[in-house]
Amino acid sequence: MSLLFNQRKSPGANSANPGHRLVMYFIRHLQQALASIGELWRMPISSLLTMAVLGVSLALPTTLHLLMKNGQQLRSGWDSAAEITLFMEEGVSDSQTQKVLRRIGLYEQVNKVTYVGADDALEEFKSLSGFGDALSYLDKNPLPSVILVIPTTQYSSPEGARELLEKLQQQPEIAFGKLDVTWLEKLSAIVNLLDDAALALGILLLLAVALVIANTIRLSILNRREEIEVLKLVGATNDFIRRPFLYTGIWYGLIGGLIAWVCVSLILWWVEGTLLDLASQLGSELTLSGLSFSEFLILIALSSGLGWLGAYGSVMRHVYEIEPENQL
Amino acid sequence: MIRFEEVTKIYPGGQQALNRVNFHLQPGEMAFLTGHSGAGKSTLLKLIAMMERPTSGQVFINGHNLNKITKKQVPFARRDIGMIFQNHRLLMDRSVFNNVALPLIIEGYHLSDIKRRVAAALDKVGLLAKINNMPNTLSGGELQRVGIARAIVNKPPLLLADEPTGNLDPHLSMEILKVFEDLNSVGVAVMIATHDLGLIARMKYHTFTLRQGQMIHDGLSSSDLRESEFEPVI
Repeated sequence: MSLLFNQRKSPGANSANPGHRLVMYFIRHLQQALASIGELWRMPISSLLTMAVLGVSLALPTTLHLLMKNGQQLRSGWDSAAEITLFMEEGVSDSQTQKVLRRIGLYEQVNKVTYVGADDALEEFKSLSGFGDALSYLDKNPLPSVILVIPTTQYSSPEGARELLEKLQQQPEIAFGKLDVTWLEKLSAIVNLLDDAALALGILLLLAVALVIANTIRLSILNRREEIEVLKLVGATNDFIRRPFLYTGIWYGLIGGLIAWVCVSLILWWVEGTLLDLASQLGSELTLSGLSFSEFLILIALSSGLGWLGAYGSVMRHVYEIEPENQL
Repeated sequence: MIRFEEVTKIYPGGQQALNRVNFHLQPGEMAFLTGHSGAGKSTLLKLIAMMERPTSGQVFINGHNLNKITKKQVPFARRDIGMIFQNHRLLMDRSVFNNVALPLIIEGYHLSDIKRRVAAALDKVGLLAKINNMPNTLSGGELQRVGIARAIVNKPPLLLADEPTGNLDPHLSMEILKVFEDLNSVGVAVMIATHDLGLIARMKYHTFTLRQGQMIHDGLSSSDLRESEFEPVI
């Protein structure tokens, strides 16, 4: 590509076949990508330290994301557990009870109805409370009969369940109903707050990753000032000069992302042991979900993208500034 | 090949480096640019290499007005000019091969072409045997010749050299000049800035002399060009 001398040809650059030129374009990019790995490898300790900083910075938002994800799964369990307890009036006959049960069962908002008669309730209370024998001194069963209503998922939100409760309480056989949703509301408010805080923290940490890479690339550009000047003197374009730095940024991000993934996997493995312990004591099933494959890909793409972005910022400012001026 | 028309360069701060300079270097010509340090030699070369722009006037290379070359086109225009520096400006952490190959890598040559051309360029300066050496194992004269090999590896039609013999003894200087003469004999235009008058006194080459930013001599170098001509008039 000769600008001043039209008759001049540079066969290497001006291959006639456009397909071949495209292939060469990718080969050259690949060469520069590999060359920037070599550049990192020449200073393994400082490169690894930088990557470790990036890895830890990325591990934090990733862990926060996992916390949020697992928290959401737990909460969806609680939401469906919204259960309405209806206490029957005293002295309601069995046939009346059956009618009420049938009526409530027909409500479209109701998923499941369970009847716990006063005698059953007493038995259960005896075995669970530990009062056992003491209760047998009572001459009369103090417990009312209870209907447990589980709303459909559509009505299991705090608002929906409360609406259903109002309706159910109007039945003449029902003394009163109870729905404990205030704690659910408080919990979801707290979780929302934590989600927001985690998001803000995550954004800050991602910004830190971009800035660390920008600064590392800036130092590397200034270290190679002489080389950049020489390249400009022999006719290198800014694109050509900045490409290895952009690739270096991408590598930093990519390897930082991999380190973050390893960190998060270790954290999960560590926490899972104690969690299983806790689960067995609570007698419930708790499982932690880790990073899915697509989330892993997103992490790597995000970290590489941040690497490119940070490097791009530095390159735009510094590679263009450096001009061969002091000599010749 | 190179034509200056009423070129004036005033640096920011008011220092006038060149004052209405006119000259014409013919295609395929080899010429010297002389004058004391500070006379404007470096500025003149910088204007040709587009490292500086003239304050007024026009610079032409092969009929192209450099004022019309945009910043984006500068790298491509520089590929037509081989430049040689007093301190050679080689990259000390790369082998001789990689230094000389630099202009070809930038232009995207095939590796096979690069190998062939680098070998040819090093052969021309007599350093083919040192192709795999690191620069710090070479002598000053050899480094300068590697610099020349890098400048000629993509066969530019124009060579600019800024004090190429500045750090060398007379014997090595003559060797370097011999290389330039060989290149010139195959049609490359060469412009050499030097204050080494002993070097040019023995040669019949076109010589441009600058004094305080003005062209005071434009003609064949000969014995009538004496030291006194460089002394500023007081």
